[in-house]
Amino acid sequence: MKKILVKGKAQGIILKSDMPINFLGTVDKKTGIISDKNHELFEKSIKDSILVFPSGVGSSVGAYTIYSIKSNEASPRAMICQKADLTVATGCALANIPLVTVTEDEFSYFKNGQKISLDTGAKNPISIND
Amino acid sequence: MELTREEESALKGEQGEIMQMAYRILVATGEATDAEKLVPIEWAHLSGVNYNTIGDAGEEFLSSISKDARVKVKTTLNPMGFDFDSVSNYNLDENFIAKQLSIKNSYETMGVTPSFSCIPYEIFDNPKEGTQVAFAESNAAIHANSYDNLKTNKESAFSALASALTGKSPYSSLRKEDSPNLTIRMKVDNPNELTYGMLGFFAGKVGDTSVNISGLGPMDNRQCKAMCGGMGTSGTCAKFQFGDGEPGCEKVDFDEKEMQNVHDELNTAEKGDLITLGSPQLGLEEISDLTSKLKGRSFKKRCMIFCPRSVKEQARKIGYTNELERAGCEILSDCCTCLTPLINKEEVDAVTTNSIKGAFYLKNSNGVDVNLKSLSEIVEDETS
Repeated sequence: MKKILVKGKAQGIILKSDMPINFLGTVDKKTGIISDKNHELFEKSIKDSILVFPSGVGSSVGAYTIYSIKSNEASPRAMICQKADLTVATGCALANIPLVTVTEDEFSYFKNGQKISLDTGAKNPISIND
Repeated sequence: MELTREEESALKGEQGEIMQMAYRILVATGEATDAEKLVPIEWAHLSGVNYNTIGDAGEEFLSSISKDARVKVKTTLNPMGFDFDSVSNYNLDENFIAKQLSIKNSYETMGVTPSFSCIPYEIFDNPKEGTQVAFAESNAAIHANSYDNLKTNKESAFSALASALTGKSPYSSLRKEDSPNLTIRMKVDNPNELTYGMLGFFAGKVGDTSVNISGLGPMDNRQCKAMCGGMGTSGTCAKFQFGDGEPGCEKVDFDEKEMQNVHDELNTAEKGDLITLGSPQLGLEEISDLTSKLKGRSFKKRCMIFCPRSVKEQARKIGYTNELERAGCEILSDCCTCLTPLINKEEVDAVTTNSIKGAFYLKNSNGVDVNLKSLSEIVEDETS
């Protein structure tokens, strides 16, 4: 793991994207479903997942989308990125969604559907339970 | 990140909930940008104004914090969802209008200047070279760093808000002397603003926090803004540096093939039912140029033009708005093509625009198809 950006604990199933995510305009604020036809997570919901993706991109207002999906109970339980961008970092900070960054090797190790536990206070913050 | 004793106390909540929230956001921003301390900023520009983008959760959040939160530095504001003067001409429901007004009131209560513009760099006097600012609105952050000699992160809506409330921002690499590790070689001949928009979109995808761009000729204001808008949409990149960069820099070409890929991603229709101009909003120079291009011509379909209120007022005094309205344009202030609720898929199948930023959000958020054309093609094809 590289860095802890937002502290917390979460357990869940990995939903992974190798493509970055533009939260504004491509993630539905109420359902957490991805609407961008060119995105590999098109029509998938990020709700209750442990969302693993390279980084957030695009509009600065995406931070509000993250806050909104949390308020609408449609947010991921935690996010794991390769690179910390400000939209995701501050959206997660305000919404209290645990956020960490990982190395390229660690990132490639995560697979869709894996059960994972994240506890930023633990000695080994990330553990895969399958 | 090192905090002063006062900053630590704010983070612990000893200066109230608002300051605690603001410092929590600044600490996450500092961690994300590897900053070692906070530095003062002189101007914050906020995004997160349009009810279409921030929704009920955003409206409630702003309404709640505005009871106590007050900005500490000059703070300006991005566009909202509609133009007050003409809102009754569009089919917006009462709930939208009421929620938008609540958002406007919350910002005004906090002491924010209600500029409703995504081009603060064009409508306000820019501070002296090297001044630290905090601009959310991606095109404005990139423009400030690349053309205006200001220094800002590509702020998020919340990091800019936290900076407005504290007067501080993390001292990230972008705020120091940043040197890009990638050079994009512009190879496309005879570029217009659409080409520069696509170059920006490409640069945002391949660049990290900043990129060098080589092979650029002189660019007009419209082309500069198009490039900043395109880059802000696709990536995390916050700055162009012009030239070849350091000798060891990795090189990537932007040629016809790369341009075609961007075009294929964003252009989904052969023609549009209406035309929109302005994402980023048009400044006075662009309005003046458009007026002369439209001399003796009229649009054959609806054409919506988006600009800041102050620009519309200047344009009215000079007589441009009369000319543009005669040519069939609807001129809207306070709002923007990008994420407008005034265009929806129940009424419109496809939109023609010269904005790459507009195209991305029209397609993904409004759900309409997009036909990309440069302004000169639009005037050529769509007027008589």
